[in-house]
Amino acid sequence: MDAQVATASRPAPTTTAATGYKVMARDCNVYYGAKHALKSVSVDIPDRSVMSFIGPSGCGKSTFLRCINRMNDTIPICRVTGKITIDNQDIYDTSLDVVQLRARVGMVFQKPNPFPKSIYENVAYGPRIHGMAGSKSQLDEIVTASLEKAGLWKEVKDRLNDSGTGLSGGQQQRLCIARAIAVSPEVILMDEPCSALDPIATAKIEELIDELRRNFCIIIVTHSMQQAARVSQRTAFFHLGLLVEEGETSKIFTNPEDKRTQDYITGRFG
Amino acid sequence: MTDLTASQDMMSARHRLDLTSDAAKARVRARYRAEARFRSYGLVALAVTTVFVGILVADILLRGIPAFWQHRLMLDVPIAADAFGEAGKASTEAQIRGGDYYPVTKAALAAAVPGIESRSAERTLNRLLSTGAADVLREQLVANPALIGTTMPKVPLLLSDDADLYFKGHETKVASRAPRGIATPSGTYGQVTVLTASNDFADELIRIKQALALRARQLDTEGARLQRSPEKANQIRGGEMLAEAKALRGRAESPGSEEVLDSNVPSVLVEINGGLVKATKLGNSSISGEVLLPLKSTAEAKPADWKIVSYVTPEANRKVTDQEVAFLERFRSLGAVESAFNWRFFTSGDSREPELAGIRGALVGSALTLLVTLVLCLPIGVAAAIYLEEFAPKNKITDLVEVNINNLAAVPSIVFGLLGLAVFLNFFGMPRSAPLVGGLVLALLVLPTIIIAGRAALRSVPPSIKEAALGVGASHQQAIFHHVLPLAMPGIMTGTIIGMAHALGETAPLLMIGMIAFIVDVPKAFTEAATVMPVQIYLWSDLPEQAFQQKTAAAIVVLLVFLFVMNGLAIWLRKRFERRW
Repeated sequence: MDAQVATASRPAPTTTAATGYKVMARDCNVYYGAKHALKSVSVDIPDRSVMSFIGPSGCGKSTFLRCINRMNDTIPICRVTGKITIDNQDIYDTSLDVVQLRARVGMVFQKPNPFPKSIYENVAYGPRIHGMAGSKSQLDEIVTASLEKAGLWKEVKDRLNDSGTGLSGGQQQRLCIARAIAVSPEVILMDEPCSALDPIATAKIEELIDELRRNFCIIIVTHSMQQAARVSQRTAFFHLGLLVEEGETSKIFTNPEDKRTQDYITGRFG
Repeated sequence: MTDLTASQDMMSARHRLDLTSDAAKARVRARYRAEARFRSYGLVALAVTTVFVGILVADILLRGIPAFWQHRLMLDVPIAADAFGEAGKASTEAQIRGGDYYPVTKAALAAAVPGIESRSAERTLNRLLSTGAADVLREQLVANPALIGTTMPKVPLLLSDDADLYFKGHETKVASRAPRGIATPSGTYGQVTVLTASNDFADELIRIKQALALRARQLDTEGARLQRSPEKANQIRGGEMLAEAKALRGRAESPGSEEVLDSNVPSVLVEINGGLVKATKLGNSSISGEVLLPLKSTAEAKPADWKIVSYVTPEANRKVTDQEVAFLERFRSLGAVESAFNWRFFTSGDSREPELAGIRGALVGSALTLLVTLVLCLPIGVAAAIYLEEFAPKNKITDLVEVNINNLAAVPSIVFGLLGLAVFLNFFGMPRSAPLVGGLVLALLVLPTIIIAGRAALRSVPPSIKEAALGVGASHQQAIFHHVLPLAMPGIMTGTIIGMAHALGETAPLLMIGMIAFIVDVPKAFTEAATVMPVQIYLWSDLPEQAFQQKTAAAIVVLLVFLFVMNGLAIWLRKRFERRW
């Protein structure tokens, strides 16, 4: 859609820093026990744009997303091979602290999952454990700014001490986005962020994603091809653990190169 | 596609859903019946349970509640100036504390019931008071030594357990009846005869003869049964019984003849001229017997001035004698008997005297023991649950640990007692009967419960909360301690309190480590000898005194209240800390 940000149509695999890619994956394989869930995925994701992953259920798109902030580490039987870099730094390097990585790579989950604490505490938790605010007023600033960026400030500014779980589904998801951006990450991963929301809340989240694109590298997994078409500049299609095709969103949806992509976007399977 | 549709059509032709046929209606009715049946099973089960719980609670309360009240004699107690030392010199506190109070209470009783000459009657009178009756007197005198040499008004002197039970209505009913004739006693003390102008004792005589006839019938049956026995001794005994029955029947069937009363028939007494005569021989118009309370004179008494009293339960069937009842009734008519809440039950330790025994020692022992258990169990149990649930690698060793923890929860508690005996007492040489050891043993018992409950509570926290915390860059430990544990806390608390309630009611393991001893002192430290509430209940239930049976029920009431309070706390904690997500 927005061709200004998007770069070349099918970038050749490269590892130089000059390319402007934020996240790069090379030969990424994921195994759940004996199951080979993700097969040799290589993809480059540019900064300050939205990349969407589409594909039928169980195709490995969420698995790949969770590799980028090493959330798969929490699953004991999961094994990851290959190389993923953020700003040319290997995130599976043993010297890298996984907790700091997750502070740099925020995540928004499928189901809104605010902490059962006050709205303020939800947003302030991340900055607090990372020591980002020296004083209460600085923390207030971060909370306010994050809620404003997430487009929630106007709705909740009078009830910051109410429980975050008392908000509506859409508000909760925006609160989760505010919580994620409060630690000023570089990359935000969104795992089907709108699948539990109604169309109006979805529209708001999509607007928000479009806003956030100016400051963050956003990767979104979605089942809605319309959503992928609306919010993303680049799209990757996954099928049976393989990255089938990746390119500019407009090209993927209008002129896919692969037969499987075409079948999927036209509704033949999935 | 077309094949599929065709086969679906064929299927629906053969297996058509019909909701209007009779069979379908019958199915619906059967379903409704089944549901109604299941509901009624539930209701019946609930009703039966409610009835049994109701009976249990009512029974315990009926038995236990009276033990919370105690009867005391409110007597004026004269304290001689030289009671605890030389007259005219102030007595020291040690003198007052160590003084002999028997003469003091004896004098007070003698002042209340004057004229008792017989030594045995005097002893009976003094035995009505508890051995701890003077405690209140001592405390008052220690607090205010100036009272020595004066008469202290209305001092509440504790009655003995039997006297207390008498006033609680456990021993005998007292019936009295107004006579018609003028009565004349032959003396004021010792053996006397009372003659009346009309047949005033005829009713009593008939009642006694009825009682004799009843006993004759019982002896007949019993004697005949024994005679059929193959054993010689039994046959002889049966023959004796039949002979006795015959004699009794002879007495019962001769109306108007005088009867000699024994302790197997209701007692008949005459209250006359301010005294009381117990009949040993009963005729239609006269009794002869012994004076229980001395008469003022031998003057004639008009029908309105004397009455016939009977103690309905035969003397042989009750613990208080006629003499005691006579004294107690006198005190009652003097207005000196007062019932008051039995604070002593909550402030003193165990005692061999039921009226002095209290639950305080066992309560404090239970509290100390449970404190040790809680302090050990909660941190270790929660830490173990968190480690096993969140951090432990899933391998053979952790599986083994898990299986063993689950098995430990099913180990009979006496085994833990044996373990405590072998390890804590014999190996580590810890003190016997101490709350510390009791707490350690109960901790072993409760730990598996807390670990299992804790793990269940941790598992019930949605993983999305942990993921959310990890997602903003919290470490695994931060995610658990900041987010998962607070959400699991109500469940852990519930499990802990259930475990503690279980520990509170546990007796068997504590027997093994010597907490069954008779301990009078209220424990003040974790290493002092103590007992706990269920053991105290067990000890009391084993004692023969009827008053201890009441104490047992009262202690059960206290234990139940303790349990309700703990469970109430559990519910409150759960409501207080419950969070929704």
